[in-house]
Amino acid sequence: MPGSQAPVSILPPGTAAPDFALHVTPDQTLSLRELRGKPVILAFYPADWSPVCGDQMALYNEILPEFHKFDATILGISVDGVWCHSAFARERKLHFPLLADFEPKGGVARQYGAYRQAEGICERALFVIDKNGTIAWSYCSPVAVNPGADGILEALESLPK
Amino acid sequence: MTTLKIPVGPNDHSEGPDNAPVTLVEYGDYQCPYCGEAYPIVKAIQKAFGKKLRFVFRNFPLGEMHPHAESAAETAEFAAANGKFWQMHDALYENQEQLGGPLYLELAGSLGLPAAALRKALEDGTYREKVRADFMGGVKSGVNGTPSFFINGHRHDASFDFETLSAAIEAAVGK
Repeated sequence: MPGSQAPVSILPPGTAAPDFALHVTPDQTLSLRELRGKPVILAFYPADWSPVCGDQMALYNEILPEFHKFDATILGISVDGVWCHSAFARERKLHFPLLADFEPKGGVARQYGAYRQAEGICERALFVIDKNGTIAWSYCSPVAVNPGADGILEALESLPK
Repeated sequence: MTTLKIPVGPNDHSEGPDNAPVTLVEYGDYQCPYCGEAYPIVKAIQKAFGKKLRFVFRNFPLGEMHPHAESAAETAEFAAANGKFWQMHDALYENQEQLGGPLYLELAGSLGLPAAALRKALEDGTYREKVRADFMGGVKSGVNGTPSFFINGHRHDASFDFETLSAAIEAAVGK
């Protein structure tokens, strides 16, 4: 992790998306690099189980076919551990990966400027990364507000074909 | 400010005059408990505002979370095709705990709708596209959960309790 100083705001469009490798299940990791060549949506969210997040992830779950039309992969990321994620995903029937930014805690969120130091949780921050690994769009929602999916879909539509 | 991207049109289900000063659009899910809570509130709002309000309901079923939401929405669309949308919409919310095939057929029967045709429409997914079109229009308008309300095209982010919602509508009437 580069330094201990947390960025004050989320990474803006045009920035190279920092690579990472995080656990997606207890024995599997997923790295951003593996997804190069296709758009990636990163959805940082504060916590599994909290009602707003539940709705947000539930919404993305319903919109998966639309994301797939753009060949895009969506990844949810929070500081919850893999076992918590797997219970949450099972209970909510989520069909996309939840990554555990667990050790070092919030390490990836910090790199994206999406960590709330005081509370020790991720911001509710969205990134659309193009097929070359550059951030094409980013948005940080007030932590209590579900940002919906309109911004993500507009960003995907705006990506060069 | 998040705004409604799909204008209210002839394909919508609406109650109240087309030229009402305020149009309230709800994106709702028949199985969502919060939409169930909103149902009598919207009724009370409609009563309070009378001809000053047009109410529009659009489908936003969160089917992965609510396994009966999609079939309930398709049942309401079937009723709409037979001129009975609002009766079915109301009956579905009033029987939210019993959603499922048997209830739909029973409600169709009590509304004088052909049960066999409903069964076939559900099997064939006749109204699936209409429901999905509502849903995607909602997503593009920034619907982030259910119920989501738009007052004259602007998303109402505050609470949907009677006092808050009616104050927001009152403010829109005055504009």
